Amino acid sequence: MDTIAAISTPPGEGGIGIVRLSGDRAIDIVLKIFKSKSNRDLRKVKSHSMIYGHIIDPDSGSSVDEVLVSVMKSPHTYTVEDVVEINCHGGFTSLKKVLELCLRFGARPAEPGEFTRRAFINGRIDLAQAEAVLEIIRSNSDDTLKASVAQLEGNISREISDIRSKFIDFIAHVDAFVDFPDEDVDDIVDLEPGITECIGRIDKLISSAGTGKILREGLKTVIIGKPNVGKSSLLNALLKEERAIVTEIPGTTRDIIEEYLNIRGVPVRLIDTAGIRNTDDIVEKIGVDRTKAFLSQADLVILMFDSSVELTEEDLAIIDLVKDKIVVALLNKSDLPAKLSAGYINRMLPYARIIRTSLVDGTGLDELTEFIYGLFYSGDVKINDPIITNTRHLACLKKAADAANSALDTLKSGSPVDLITVDLMDAVDALGEITGETAGEEIIDRIFENFCVGK
Amino acid sequence: MFKVDDYDVVVVGAGHAGSEAGLAAARMGFKTAVFAINLDSIAMMPCNPAMGGPAKGHLVREVDALGGEIGINTDKAMIQVRTLNTGKGPAVQSLRAQCDKKAYQFSMKYTLEKTPNLYVIQGEIVEIMVEGQRVAGVLTKTGAFYGAKIVIVTTGTYLNGRIIIGDVKYSGGPNGLYPATELSSCLDRLGVKLMRFKTGTPPRVDRRTIDFDRMVIQPGDEVPQPFSYINDKIEVSQIPCYLTYTNDKTHNIIRQNLSRSPLYSGEIKGVGPRYCPSIEDKVVKFPHKERHQLFIEPEGLNTYEMYVQGMSSSMPEDVQHAFLRTIAGLENVRIMRDAYAIEYDCIDPTQLTPWLEFKDIYGLFFAGQVNGTSGYEEAAAQGLMAGINAALKLRGGEPFILDRSESYIGVLIDDLVTKGTNEPYRMMTSRAEYRLILRHDNADLRLTEKGYRVGLVTQDRYQRYLKRKGQIEDEIERLKKTRVSPTTEVINFLISVGSSEIRSGISLYELLKRPEITYENLKVIDYGRPSDILASAIPSIEIEIKYEGYIKKEIEQIESFKKLENRSIPNDIDYENINGLSLEARQKLSKVKPVNVGQASRISGVSPSDISVLLMHLRTRGH
Repeated sequence: MDTIAAISTPPGEGGIGIVRLSGDRAIDIVLKIFKSKSNRDLRKVKSHSMIYGHIIDPDSGSSVDEVLVSVMKSPHTYTVEDVVEINCHGGFTSLKKVLELCLRFGARPAEPGEFTRRAFINGRIDLAQAEAVLEIIRSNSDDTLKASVAQLEGNISREISDIRSKFIDFIAHVDAFVDFPDEDVDDIVDLEPGITECIGRIDKLISSAGTGKILREGLKTVIIGKPNVGKSSLLNALLKEERAIVTEIPGTTRDIIEEYLNIRGVPVRLIDTAGIRNTDDIVEKIGVDRTKAFLSQADLVILMFDSSVELTEEDLAIIDLVKDKIVVALLNKSDLPAKLSAGYINRMLPYARIIRTSLVDGTGLDELTEFIYGLFYSGDVKINDPIITNTRHLACLKKAADAANSALDTLKSGSPVDLITVDLMDAVDALGEITGETAGEEIIDRIFENFCVGK
Repeated sequence: MFKVDDYDVVVVGAGHAGSEAGLAAARMGFKTAVFAINLDSIAMMPCNPAMGGPAKGHLVREVDALGGEIGINTDKAMIQVRTLNTGKGPAVQSLRAQCDKKAYQFSMKYTLEKTPNLYVIQGEIVEIMVEGQRVAGVLTKTGAFYGAKIVIVTTGTYLNGRIIIGDVKYSGGPNGLYPATELSSCLDRLGVKLMRFKTGTPPRVDRRTIDFDRMVIQPGDEVPQPFSYINDKIEVSQIPCYLTYTNDKTHNIIRQNLSRSPLYSGEIKGVGPRYCPSIEDKVVKFPHKERHQLFIEPEGLNTYEMYVQGMSSSMPEDVQHAFLRTIAGLENVRIMRDAYAIEYDCIDPTQLTPWLEFKDIYGLFFAGQVNGTSGYEEAAAQGLMAGINAALKLRGGEPFILDRSESYIGVLIDDLVTKGTNEPYRMMTSRAEYRLILRHDNADLRLTEKGYRVGLVTQDRYQRYLKRKGQIEDEIERLKKTRVSPTTEVINFLISVGSSEIRSGISLYELLKRPEITYENLKVIDYGRPSDILASAIPSIEIEIKYEGYIKKEIEQIESFKKLENRSIPNDIDYENINGLSLEARQKLSKVKPVNVGQASRISGVSPSDISVLLMHLRTRGH
């Protein structure tokens, strides 16, 4: 297989980053751009050793970065192929430069998840593990990791297998009924509550996917408020408090400040609309459309008021924009004499949580983080429940729920019982696609376990 | 040893598999010999006197549609027939016929005898001669050698048969016949892996000692349906069966004597079928069940013997007498033949190709119960396919393989050669993935064209098929095009059948989708209906229209199934050298040698990940 390369650390301005190569030519390619301090030959060094040196652009002869190169030889590597990792120190720009050099000398850019895919193809991990590993790579916070690990251990698999098993019982019942017409197999009367219960369990898993999405992508939180109300201070206070890694997501336009942080295990993506303000008249100038676009995607809106002054036209316009969202209203600058009452805001935004804050002395910050945490864990979704974080799994669950609903319709319509097995089988297959189980003998085994049939 | 003659095909055994295999090969033009230990045992029904039932009846129809004999012969010998599962759905309806056992045997024997190119010979085959991994002929117990290019082994339950009745056991074949004791060791020498299976049959009792007033009568249908597509209708005497039940007393006797049952004493080591449990199994495994059903079925017209369906047992004779007499209507019953269990050798069918040829010996085929199945219908289906493929091999043609989406035969053989079986395999509708497509009403539409192409379907059958197919298609089209308006007549009709009224024009096709409207009652407002519609076309028309949505769904599933089925795997593939396959997958794939990726995916122990790896490998090899 051809040799692939990618920057395998998250993008950002952090210190160390790694360019990773995998494939037959991994070592040869690095040889061409690496100069070892001690003149050691990468082809001859022991597997899994690190060599210090520099990446040199052969065309210009100039040094690109000071690096440590790890050489790991097939088959005892993640992908089972030869793997080389270049640990760079010069930040994102030099990482990109090193990657470009690798590509110039024969590597191909890796597709997302391709290292793991190779590990799968080369037999090191199975499909379910591969998927779970991809989730771990993508996970950004402790809880995502926990959900991924739970998936690896079969937390979701167990629940799905159990539902699938129920469907197989129903099919076995129908099949015993039709395959042994002379036998006194009970009539098909009690399938309806059973199928309904299963649909409920699938729906619960599906709704957990929302949580799963938040785990993966972060709770999208938009901070909005008129100028100088304290948005940046809030951002900094939250960031400082949680000591999160601040990253600027590449590819987004310069005027949006988007930060990623971790509030008590809940990944939060904070979007500060301060960055898109460039005149005093916020509503008019930024364009309502633009703001609306951010707000429409928001899981949560933090709306800030300056409680030391009375409401302005701007405040009212903003309130109008967010009244359909989940809002937490901060009455900021509570250290100053109040001109704005919570009751008044409550009348304007009846469903919003109202918190008095002061970013000077930190008042209300705990309450805010508590609120965000509570919002995430609202309802009955707990991190120890199975949470669907994988899009393919979600699609399969939806297919299973549709099929089960269709079976229920058939049952209620008084159609012949045989027809419902078409839908139930669809549900079994869809769930089996997640867990990797295939039906077949299972149904027949179930018939003989549960029914006394046969001549 | 002396040489008698040379044949193209030699069939070892003349039961339901052997009869079909011999007929197919001879009808396709090859000189064929069919051997039986006793010519009076040709097409014998050693267990129940019934043919068909769910899935099994489908098999009969499929064999018939391809030009086999079982359907025609059943129609000749039936003394009662019923359509089962009428209220349970279109796909699972099937016919079941009670047969006169002797009539069945002798009419099949006569058919074999009068078929050109076919020679029936009495003799026990003790050896299959093989030269250079190719069959050369067979040797009888009396030392006669018959040359053969192809040998089809259809030995049923005769191989090393052993009869067990309580603590009495002896070497024996089915129904008092003697067993084949030498062929097993020959097969063993040829490298065929053998297994030991067990089955059983209930007692036969004297009908004059039964009080039928204490039982529930089970009559046949008012309008009997034939099995074979070559018969438009059929006359049947419709002799009834009777239903009765076991009770506490029966169960107590069985429990008290369990230690004397060879099944529980460990005497029987063979693996028995779960769907045909002995009465002692039923009582032990389902202790909460207060009673078990028994059907009393006639064994024929010219006999007093009755078959006690549901009472299969290997209990000692005295216990059989005792427990039978606890049953309503059987208080004074006289047993004519004891229930017995039989153990026999069969082969591990995963050693066979999808055309039923042993992978390591050219020209050696296996079909029927020897492949680990059970049932006359399953045997006949394999016999037919082995016979067809033997003939095709002699012609130098491609093998004839049916897949799981086109027939129960395909499901049966694919299951056997891909997964193997660890109990006598019985066909059930639950084994078929696409049973709305694999119905008993449309077996001819699915298969007769194929049977015609291999040359087994007669011109008469083919013309009948074309006519029926044409009628069904034309009639569905006509119903789509015929529209009715909400006239008084139409409204009155709808009211009369309890259907909701219409406000604007609607096609008869759409009306027929309503559950309360049938093709029959629709005729009141269907003025342009042709007068010559075949009775057999009507259910097919109704089903295609009423269940269109479900059928479409299955057709979609079949399309995705076919994707893997059409990815063939080259013969010379070396699974040992495919990176990423699990160890178990390598072993299983090397053993089964699947012909396509679909078959590979059904091998137990081959995971979806293995299939992804295999697909990846085939793609890189350019397949």
